[in-house]
Amino acid sequence: MSIRERLSGNEAAATAMKQINPDVVAAFPITPSTEIPQYFSTFVANGSVDTEFVAVESEHSAMSACIGAEAAGSRAMTATSANGLSLMWEMIYIASSLRLPIVLSLVNRAVSGPLNIHNDHSDAMGVRDAGWIMLFSENNQEAYDNLLMAHRIAEHKDVMLPLMVCQDGFITSHSIENIELEEDDKVKAFVGKYKPEHFLLNKQEPMAIGPLDLQAHLFEHKAQQADAMRKAKDVILEVSKDFEKTFGRKYGLFEEYKLDDAELAIVCMNSTAGTTKFVVDSLREKGIKAGLLKIRVFRPFPGEEIAKALSKVKAVAVLDKSDSLNGIGGALFTDVTSSMFTNNVQVPTVSYVYGIGGRDTTSKQIESVYSDLQEIVKSGKIENPYRYLGLRKEEK
Amino acid sequence: MAYNVRKVVAETPSRFTEGHRMCAGCGAPVVARMILRAVKPEDHVVVAGATGCMEVSTFIYPYTAWTDSFIHTAFECAGATLSGVEAAYKSLKKQGKLPEEENTKFIAFGGDGGTYDIGLQSLSGAMERGHDMVYVCYDNGAYMNTGIQRSSATPRFADTTTSPAGKVIPGKMQSRKDLTEIMVSHHLPYVAQTIAVDTLKDLYEKAEKAIYTEGPCFLNVMSPCPRGWGYATEDLMQINKLAVETCYWPLYEVVNGVYKITYKPKNKLPIEEFLKPQKRFKHMFKPGNEWMIEEFQKEVDKRWQDLLDLEAMTNKAE
Repeated sequence: MSIRERLSGNEAAATAMKQINPDVVAAFPITPSTEIPQYFSTFVANGSVDTEFVAVESEHSAMSACIGAEAAGSRAMTATSANGLSLMWEMIYIASSLRLPIVLSLVNRAVSGPLNIHNDHSDAMGVRDAGWIMLFSENNQEAYDNLLMAHRIAEHKDVMLPLMVCQDGFITSHSIENIELEEDDKVKAFVGKYKPEHFLLNKQEPMAIGPLDLQAHLFEHKAQQADAMRKAKDVILEVSKDFEKTFGRKYGLFEEYKLDDAELAIVCMNSTAGTTKFVVDSLREKGIKAGLLKIRVFRPFPGEEIAKALSKVKAVAVLDKSDSLNGIGGALFTDVTSSMFTNNVQVPTVSYVYGIGGRDTTSKQIESVYSDLQEIVKSGKIENPYRYLGLRKEEK
Repeated sequence: MAYNVRKVVAETPSRFTEGHRMCAGCGAPVVARMILRAVKPEDHVVVAGATGCMEVSTFIYPYTAWTDSFIHTAFECAGATLSGVEAAYKSLKKQGKLPEEENTKFIAFGGDGGTYDIGLQSLSGAMERGHDMVYVCYDNGAYMNTGIQRSSATPRFADTTTSPAGKVIPGKMQSRKDLTEIMVSHHLPYVAQTIAVDTLKDLYEKAEKAIYTEGPCFLNVMSPCPRGWGYATEDLMQINKLAVETCYWPLYEVVNGVYKITYKPKNKLPIEEFLKPQKRFKHMFKPGNEWMIEEFQKEVDKRWQDLLDLEAMTNKAE
């Protein structure tokens, strides 16, 4: 039986970690993810987990220790945000290249500078090519569920890649919402035991990991990583199916909300999807065929499936909660549009950069995006495909 | 400890094998091999390497010179990486997920770049947290792997590629950081400074103590570099000997805060003896630069006296 509870997103993540009971957690506090290691330390102090908690002196060391712990043959987890992830950046690449299925809870926050502690996705977008599986979560329930599925996906023999579960800082991490928790023994059975094939602590078969890898081999090793990332898609679907069978909640690569017959579509990630669903419902009442495509799996990017799902709409707006500062639009926008192009889907598509540094995104603003899309459909023209949502004009 | 160190060298199989690509005349492989000889044959080791000469010359895919488990991640985080391995060991052992009778030791190797400088924070964190490991710094006094750039371990006046002895500035202008003392200030159960000299007895015994003392232990081992220091490869052991006999590199250990100088030269040699065979100090011997040798000598004398004082003070307190 599921347990009805009320938890914040951080509590949900910490609860998932408690039920997973990893062998090692190494973490360093940073707003807004600080509560996760705090709650977890309490579990350790009270003996409710078997975990060794390593209170490292920086995020760089947090990821280094997770790499060491995972390579040693244990399950290692951590949590961070923004600059914490930036400081880890070097080790983020090393974790994936050493094929270590570490799981990280990323509470999204704007990367400095200047300093800001509120939500956007610039931290996650900064590591989008680092070889980590990246799952996004609309609310506390999804953050919890994604974490319960994380090890099964990351540790799959065809995958063996690290995985991060993203949720929006403050908006979900600090908001208390209803949640369905699963029973400890059922989670334990679902997550299963980690049995690494090769590990440092295996005296019978000593292992060397992290070589100098030169021209003769690095290319092949990178191609193997890329292959594992491609294979992760099927594994994610397989694990999600089993999750649905076990716990009853359905997950795919993305969620289509009233997209079937939609003419106008928004593509976005994390909590903004909640606001967008509310707007879709109200527009539908007025007879406007609005729909939403909410990304869950951002890496590997399900380009073909997304292109197919958007092939019948008349106009698309891709919302990026991070500006790539590249002159052509946000990271999600460029991924979506290049996927549409390579899959021969020709639908007018625009980029909106929004919510930077925690700027509130209102239902009115989302409504304005749909009405912009209506304009595009009517005129058949896109004046400017690189737009801002919620930006004050006078400071532009 | 009744044993014969020559017998140890002759009879203990090397856990660090031939075939690595370290330079002839480099001090580091001697250090790694001898330290690992101090591990009991029945014990398993996980070695962590910081990026540096030793790592890039001993583990080039698909070959490794380490017969034990080995992990390398990056330059500045051998301490943190190994603390993760050690935490995993503790956790898995506690949960009964590893064979109870097996014993694993944890040893990190980093050069002075990866230890004194970029890796200082990671090292300090690992030591402060009390992981049961030994961190070995093989100190060759500059960033040798990238081509002899100055580090905070580079002695004053040394000519390096980023502190070149020029017409206006005569080499490195700053004094050497004392990392061993920084480690002592972490209140570790065992800290020692050693070198590969004579029969390697000092190195072997300190390694043995560090490895089999529970908790975080630190060894600082001077490890000359023929390319960076400019000496003939066959002179390695002579350079080491002169470092000790001039008191440039004193041999001592600190057990729970109590100092013991493990070798006191009967006739302390003048510092010129150590400086002269090395090209990096060549400019110090030009006419008009006598002041540099004088200042160098003054600093060596002061540091040696400080050490004698610390030994006297901490033993009196006992």
